[in-house]
Amino acid sequence: LKLYCLSGHPTLPCNVLKFKSTTIMLDCGLDMTSTLNFLPLPLVQSPRLSKLPGWVLKDGSTFLDKELKECSGHVFVDSVPEFCLPETELLDLSTVDVILISNYHCMMALPYITEYTGFTGTVYATEPTVQIGRLLMEELVNSIERVPKAQSASMWKNKEVQRLLPTPLKDAVEVSMWRKCYTMPEVNAALSKIQLVGYSQKIELFGAVQVTPLSSGYALGSSNWIIQSHYEKVSYVSGSSLLTTHPQPMDQASLKNSDVLILTGLTQIPTANPDGMVGEFCSNLAMTVRNGGNVLVPCYPSGVIYDLLECLYQYIDSAGLSNVPFYFISPVANSSLEFSQIFAEWLCHNKQTKVYLPEPPFPHAELIQTNKLKHYPSIHGDFSNDFKQPCVVFTGHPSLRFGDVVHFMELWGKSSLNTVIFTEPDFSYLDALAPYQPLAMKCVYCPIDTRLNFIQVSKLLKEVQPLHVVCPEQYTQPPPTQSHRTDLMVDCQPPPMSYRRAEVLTLPYKRRYEKIEIMPELADSLVPLEIKPGISLATVSAVLHTKDNKHVLQLPPKPPQPPASKKRKRVSDDVPECKPLKPLLSGSIPVDQFVQTLEKHGFSDVKVEDTAKGHIVLLQEAETLIQIEEDSTHIICDNDEPLRVKLRDLVLKFLQKF
Amino acid sequence: MREDRSPGSDSLFYGLFLGNTWSLDPTAKLVQDNPCLTEFITSVLALPEPSPSILSFTLRLAGILAASENRFQLLQQEKLLVRLFGRDGPLNSALWEDASVRSGWVEGVHSMMHHQPALRFLCDGGGIDVIFTLQGDPSLFVASAAGQLLVHMLTLSVESEMTKPLSTKDCDWPACAQMIIKRIEDSLQSSSSSHIEQSLKLLTSLFGSCRATWTEVLWLGIAKQIESFLTEETVQAQHMLANLLLSMAWSPVFCDTEGGFWALVTSALEHLTPVQAGPLAVGLLRLYKCPQDVRIQALTVLLQPMDCILRAASQPLEYAGLLDESVSDPATVESLLSSKSSCVSLLCQTLAHLEELLSLIHLPVDLPYTSLLHSLMTILQFCNGFLSPASPLGSTISRILINSFRVQRSALDVLAALSERKGCDTLLGSLFDVLLAYLESPNTSPTVLKKTFQATSKWLVRLQELSCSNSQWQQTEKILEDVFLVLQKRLCSPCWEVRDSSLEFLTALIKCLRDQDEFRQSLLSSEVLKLTENLLEDPESYVRASAVTAVGHLAFITYFAPESPAIGNQYNKENTVAKLQEILSTDPEGFPRRAVISIFTKWLRQGCTGQLEDTERFVSRVIQTVEHDLDWEVRLGGLELVEVFCSQTICQLGLPKCPYAPVSSAVTSSIHQNESLHIFCRAKVFNFLFQSLCDCDKPVGQRACDILLGLRCNFYPVSTLKDSQGAEDSRAGRSVAWLQRTLRQGSLAQSFPTDGGNGVDFQDPESMLLALGTIDLEELHDELNKSSDHVEKSPQSLLQDILATVGTIEENEADCY
Repeated sequence: LKLYCLSGHPTLPCNVLKFKSTTIMLDCGLDMTSTLNFLPLPLVQSPRLSKLPGWVLKDGSTFLDKELKECSGHVFVDSVPEFCLPETELLDLSTVDVILISNYHCMMALPYITEYTGFTGTVYATEPTVQIGRLLMEELVNSIERVPKAQSASMWKNKEVQRLLPTPLKDAVEVSMWRKCYTMPEVNAALSKIQLVGYSQKIELFGAVQVTPLSSGYALGSSNWIIQSHYEKVSYVSGSSLLTTHPQPMDQASLKNSDVLILTGLTQIPTANPDGMVGEFCSNLAMTVRNGGNVLVPCYPSGVIYDLLECLYQYIDSAGLSNVPFYFISPVANSSLEFSQIFAEWLCHNKQTKVYLPEPPFPHAELIQTNKLKHYPSIHGDFSNDFKQPCVVFTGHPSLRFGDVVHFMELWGKSSLNTVIFTEPDFSYLDALAPYQPLAMKCVYCPIDTRLNFIQVSKLLKEVQPLHVVCPEQYTQPPPTQSHRTDLMVDCQPPPMSYRRAEVLTLPYKRRYEKIEIMPELADSLVPLEIKPGISLATVSAVLHTKDNKHVLQLPPKPPQPPASKKRKRVSDDVPECKPLKPLLSGSIPVDQFVQTLEKHGFSDVKVEDTAKGHIVLLQEAETLIQIEEDSTHIICDNDEPLRVKLRDLVLKFLQKF
Repeated sequence: MREDRSPGSDSLFYGLFLGNTWSLDPTAKLVQDNPCLTEFITSVLALPEPSPSILSFTLRLAGILAASENRFQLLQQEKLLVRLFGRDGPLNSALWEDASVRSGWVEGVHSMMHHQPALRFLCDGGGIDVIFTLQGDPSLFVASAAGQLLVHMLTLSVESEMTKPLSTKDCDWPACAQMIIKRIEDSLQSSSSSHIEQSLKLLTSLFGSCRATWTEVLWLGIAKQIESFLTEETVQAQHMLANLLLSMAWSPVFCDTEGGFWALVTSALEHLTPVQAGPLAVGLLRLYKCPQDVRIQALTVLLQPMDCILRAASQPLEYAGLLDESVSDPATVESLLSSKSSCVSLLCQTLAHLEELLSLIHLPVDLPYTSLLHSLMTILQFCNGFLSPASPLGSTISRILINSFRVQRSALDVLAALSERKGCDTLLGSLFDVLLAYLESPNTSPTVLKKTFQATSKWLVRLQELSCSNSQWQQTEKILEDVFLVLQKRLCSPCWEVRDSSLEFLTALIKCLRDQDEFRQSLLSSEVLKLTENLLEDPESYVRASAVTAVGHLAFITYFAPESPAIGNQYNKENTVAKLQEILSTDPEGFPRRAVISIFTKWLRQGCTGQLEDTERFVSRVIQTVEHDLDWEVRLGGLELVEVFCSQTICQLGLPKCPYAPVSSAVTSSIHQNESLHIFCRAKVFNFLFQSLCDCDKPVGQRACDILLGLRCNFYPVSTLKDSQGAEDSRAGRSVAWLQRTLRQGSLAQSFPTDGGNGVDFQDPESMLLALGTIDLEELHDELNKSSDHVEKSPQSLLQDILATVGTIEENEADCY
């Protein structure tokens, strides 16, 4: 049982589990925080960005000034943004048999794995995961491809050069691994390798293990996975939530009795309670709009936005915001809003029942109908005609490096009436804002992360009681900025095993059993003997047949017929020779009775000595010694075979044969 | 009664019989004159299976009858008492299983226990054993009554049967007392904790109710045993000891003694666990007669957890000290605080005790206020995870306390109470840092936020007082600015509880600080005004009500202030008044309407409604809006407004407030009278008042009657009341007579005249003057006060209440009828 850890990001995991004879990749998250080192891609020519000065080294050399630009004391790479891929060198990824995806945020590196590594296996994911994952990828590709960048910077990645750069570029890890975004054809090819699964569906992998997705409560179609054989059970817990939001609630019971529980995807903001944050979001939004300002919400096109729209639906009338337009701008805005309404079976109970009324499960349908919420593929086209201020705009990307959000940051950044509200927890908001400084716009950080917090984790672990817990190293110590908060770490007994990027863990669990089937004919031929009440034994002579990781005991071949005629004997090599069986013995020898028996049979000088492990019966006259121990009996006599046989038969009288 | 054996027979009826029809006549005459009483008892006893409620009644009845010695003897002669209370009575029958029978027995015995024969009757018949057993009765009422009965019997026995005063050396108790004391001593020495507990309870209530010197003699006999409970861990009686010692401490018999008793209290404070000692300590600190050293020790018990918190959070050297280390051993408290199960409850209990102490106006001890405040701030910072503790104990406590709402609430309560005490001023800056962190944090729960608002408003008042004296305006301004910033955000919260408590906070601030310039400036320069006015249209009625109150108070700063600042708001004074009027007439919920009427009254009281003519128009409009309001509290509020209006008008027009004041000139006085009468008529005051006399909700009628009586005093000096008989000739006379008749029938509301006819012209000054003089308002007043609840419980009122509650949905209406 080995775990290869390919990602260092606790919420965007990518691990490979070697279990029995299978190689299973658990999620393939893409760490996009690397894009924060790049300049934003403006949709419309931005004079401010294009006039940024090139970066000059301390010694005055300017060879990097085309690649690196300086903005308010920060240095950014002026190039197409690049992403930090999971580790590809730790093991040969072409040997991966299957990839299990737990939610749509954790599959963004999929094209890099399936299209670049020789991967030939299958990917398993639920339908909403695939559909929404496709939307996220489509939006990503679209936002980057529609702003072609002439140049591509690579000089700064040179190790010698990188050493000279200011932080954070100097400390950026694995820059040689950073890759440009994939293309739509690659996305399509990757998605075509996915096989759809439903919750609790059991999928056999090569007869060796069975994998099952379970609802994890975090997002539409999000799942945890059970990977089990007959005697071992590994649970993989990725982004999960116990809060009542839109998805089906988390299935905790099925995680019970795991030998190993791999725990990833906990909340990134353990100190922020999502309810409080939603309140904060609404209050700040209302305050801004009432003062005549605009609100910008950088967000993903799916996920928390559904819950936010639902909150706003209840809130806007009471807050007197009915006349303020809400805009949702994304190339996939329409599909996202519509998909959410059709995945009824993946929704929480409340929303499912609405479908039978029939009503749309999410109230954003009504917002759209009443024209309070309008959605557009981009700022070009219809949007510019409808655009009214003050307004609220939801748009991507939360990193503020590409997508329509860049335009709004440039447009609204200069006025202190406007507010940008960060709700996605994936990026540091200060880093995201760095290339827009100086900024007059108000910034509010309301990260809404519904994934498990540490209190919930400790309850969960108490409930499901796994033998061992494995988690990213970040979860085994308090957050670096709050070192006194010892409550913000995974607390369990035995302490969790931790992993970091590019580490291989041997999981502390030894496999001890294997299941073997007995063919009915063979089973018929067995004659069990009860040796203790409730325990019967039988000897089995059979041929072990192993195929597709399944083991079957079959009847042994008939002993070769004695040649009836004088035909030439056929030699068959594949049938093993079957030797006659010696009987097996069981039972114990009561020394007193044994001595009596010996005396009955004429041995008069019997002497018994106790030893540490049993007894020694001494026949002095015959110079013979019988050593009786729990698991062996030895008769030691000198060249007196008849005596030995006689003694042996006396011993055997006390034992059972079968 | 005897034959009514239906299971539903109502014991209330028997209760009424016992309670109301009995005028206790100590002679035996009552029983002799009413043979039916003994016959009744006899026949109940003859029943093969009397119902438990009849039997219980009979026991209580017999007890009451036997309360006088003469009647007791009479009943004894007929052997009724033995058959009821003796061994052969219900005591040994199956009916004893019924708690009401046992309760009747105890009550009966208690009632008769007024003379020695009754005492002897019970003691000789073995009744004491029964009562002692009943102390452990499964029915708590019976058990408690049994305890009270024993106390009563003991007191009666000692006080009626003693021939010479007791002394410690020669305690010759009367027989009955001897029996009870023996039982108490025996059970104290037993190993049964329930017996010990019962005896301790009994002693507690004895020492609490009886302050005679013999109680000390009794105590000296058992003191050793009770002392041993403190040290013996095998007996679980410690938790009862605090109550016992407290009740003794209040008794002059014990608290004035030297040594002994207080030594025991000291020992109790040492030996009881902090949780058990807490109530004792707080009780002792409220006591004036407590010796100083005991007081210090009690204070130590209460402050130790706070001290422990302070030490756990700070470096050893920087620890300022809440307690002198020589007087306290912190080990027990430390171990309690570091355990998850006990930490929160110990802290909450300690904080509740401290709040109780701080709420006393005269506190007999000086608390170390600064350190206490420091400790409270530490607790609050532990709770929101803002404090990094410096010791291992600190990290354990911090882990337990993070997000504990209970502790947060209790600590904030104490914090609010502490604001009244002087001596914490050095910490003000950091205190507001803590409070603001709570106000700003989105993780603060609505109930904790409410408490934070309460504490903040109290400390802001304190801050303002201080900055007046030491001119630290800058700090105050900065804090106010921060407070208003966070208030703005909270006013926009999607959670209505938060919006509501934010508005309450604003109102509280305006009430206390509206005269302070810095406060007014900070408030007016923030967005709070606009946001508050927006909340008048909140979907939640509580929030609208709070918004009305807040806007009403804001008006004192904005529109009614002498140098009213120009604010570019959508609302000016007229708009605000119109908006509140609109809420009063159209809001579907009662709370906002009640808030409006009380704000209007407040405005009127403070003379903010303009000149007399404006006020007249204003009051008239309000009256017409509220007189048909479905909510009686709104109508009552309307009457209050009318009352203020009337007294102000009369004052302004120069009538003497006091009817006995010398009248300067008959002419001027009658001119003023006329004028005010005209004003009241024009404002339709009488219309409203007379109509309210017949209001289906009694408080409204009573209030209207009071106001009318007050008016009459103004218009008729005592001697000049008119005779109603002679006045019927005029038209006004006839109509007033009609009014009087209608009022007597209590049906003015239905037959209220819309126009002429028989009716009264309520706007005609002459008729009204006549009505005031002739209608017997005193009689009406008595009528309204006398009838306990017939008006409120009348079917019509009930029906109207139901209709008002369910609204006017048609199907509901049908159901109601």
